[in-house]
Amino acid sequence: MADAIKVESLVKRFNGFTAVNRISFSVKRGELFGLLGPNGAGKTTTINMLSTLIRPTSGKAYIDGFDISKNKNEVRNSIGMVFQEPALDGKLTGRENLYFHAMIYGLKKEERVARINEVLRLVELEDKGNFLVEKYSGGMKRRLEIARGLIHKPRVLFLDEPTLGLDTQTRRHIWDYIKRLNRDSGVTVILTTHYMEEADFLCDRIAIIDHGKIVALDTPKKLKDVLGGDVVRLEIDGGKSEKLAKKLKELKWVRTIRTYNGFVAVTTSHGEKRIPELIELGQQMKLKIKSVNLRKPSLEDVFLHFTGRVIREQEGSPIDMYKAVMRARGR
Amino acid sequence: MRQVIHFAAVYVLWVRELKKLFRSPSRIIGSLMTPLLFLIFLGFGLKNMALPGTPAGTTYTVFLVPGIIGMGLLFSSTFAGLSLLMDREFGFLKEIMVAPVNRISIVIGRILGGTTTGLMQAVLILLISLIFGMRIPSVLAFFSAIIFMILIAVAFIGMGLVFAAKMKDTFGFNLIVNFVIFPLFFLSGAMYSINNLPTWLRTLSYLDPLTYGVDGMRGALLGISTFPMPLDFFVLLFFSLIMVKLGAFFFERVESA
Ligand SMILES: Nc1ncnc2c1ncn2[C@@H]1O[C@H](COP(=O)(O)OP(=O)(O)O)[C@@H](O)[C@H]1O
Ligand SMILES: [Mg+2]
Repeated sequence: MADAIKVESLVKRFNGFTAVNRISFSVKRGELFGLLGPNGAGKTTTINMLSTLIRPTSGKAYIDGFDISKNKNEVRNSIGMVFQEPALDGKLTGRENLYFHAMIYGLKKEERVARINEVLRLVELEDKGNFLVEKYSGGMKRRLEIARGLIHKPRVLFLDEPTLGLDTQTRRHIWDYIKRLNRDSGVTVILTTHYMEEADFLCDRIAIIDHGKIVALDTPKKLKDVLGGDVVRLEIDGGKSEKLAKKLKELKWVRTIRTYNGFVAVTTSHGEKRIPELIELGQQMKLKIKSVNLRKPSLEDVFLHFTGRVIREQEGSPIDMYKAVMRARGR
Repeated sequence: MRQVIHFAAVYVLWVRELKKLFRSPSRIIGSLMTPLLFLIFLGFGLKNMALPGTPAGTTYTVFLVPGIIGMGLLFSSTFAGLSLLMDREFGFLKEIMVAPVNRISIVIGRILGGTTTGLMQAVLILLISLIFGMRIPSVLAFFSAIIFMILIAVAFIGMGLVFAAKMKDTFGFNLIVNFVIFPLFFLSGAMYSINNLPTWLRTLSYLDPLTYGVDGMRGALLGISTFPMPLDFFVLLFFSLIMVKLGAFFFERVESA
């Protein structure tokens, strides 16, 4: 049986700018697969190509065995889509939004209402179905969109930044829905996110994508194991972190070293035993150590390892937050 | 691409448009406002304007009614076509773009929805104008006028689609309003008989599809027309078909970002 998704050297250029640069991967049936990367990495562009919304510049991809360029109609029949920007009709009720969707996908009249009730129950919106969508909160809209994406029983569900701009609690809820849905109905899910915890918590496998390229692809556990052991992070005063890093390179027990924003992060086994040694070294070099932190590697460290940058650098400015909130509210 | 029309999608696009319209009465009232202001103020202000070639007793207001209906249809239909692009990238339509529905069905759905809402606006203006002395001579006249209204709507929704495919931003939107919609409106003879125009301008009027729409409605409702009504009908029909074809063609070719 064919893979749920198979991507071969997919490329998308916008007027000479390469947004997606020869990516290849495949997703097994029933898998919960994540594309993790910072804003502008090319995640939405990839999803848009796979869902037949835009044409690839070159390369091939198959959904459920169907060619996204040649068998558009079959591909469209096989997929459910939840866009990064809400694509609901605010002047219609939740149920009407779902009903129209069911009609478009050719569900029989008797089937429609039954399916609508079923998906509304799944996302716990049964009692809100008759409200106008413009009255919904950001989280409710997302849930309704997920419900809509499922009505026609797609074999592959696309979720583009499913929790963008939502508060922590709502985000947790949505995670639960996604996980349950994937486990209970066996639908293949491919989601994009720039939240590490989200990818870590949800995905069976993750492709880390940066500047339109996949830089690493594996299970969250294996990705973190690449770094080995623990991460010890030192915060150094006065921009001297590079100086320390240079010195640390000479030490045998240090596996990897990264510096960013005045921090030095080293990976090593038995991190707790190395802390005194690191502090002593710092004192010898007359460096002022502002903080020390020991933890297991996170996907953030993995991203840093593969790209030399932290994802968080690119987000969290007030303007971005504002945009994200406005998006979640649906304009 | 298979050109089978996807009736469910067409129906959904149409019903959705109507539901939305009835749920925002302010939109209906808003769309009537400009045409009614034109009708009332021009009607009173130019009450004594000479109307050569019209039967005695035809007031300027009554002469103006078909023109103002044409104006309303011109604006609302062109916008309905233009907005398809916006809806496709932001709204509910984006969802339909990834559904197993061919593009021609989406175009037809939009035309049907836009025509229905445009027609409602037009009929409301016609009914309100009864207060100002307008008379509908017969049922046949009424339905002939409706046919012209439908054709005007279809033609300009198609034109809107063509522009939408070529337009990149809201700057283009203003350009279209000022350099296309307004000239089409003034050239159409909506506010005066094109016989009053100098020859070179009148030649341009002959190229404006709205001219035939307004003339046809005047023929049907007032019994005054510059051209024979069948001519008005066929020219407008021809133009509508071309515009729809072009609109659908461009819509299918442009991919959304
Ligand atoms: N229609 C477009 N025209 C030009 N550039 C685009 C277009 N869509 C996306 N891009 C660019 O492609 C890059 C990837 O965008 P996107 O796929 O939206 O990233 P992500 O979803 O990972 O945040 C960005 O630099 C973006 O500006
Ligand atoms: Mg994106």
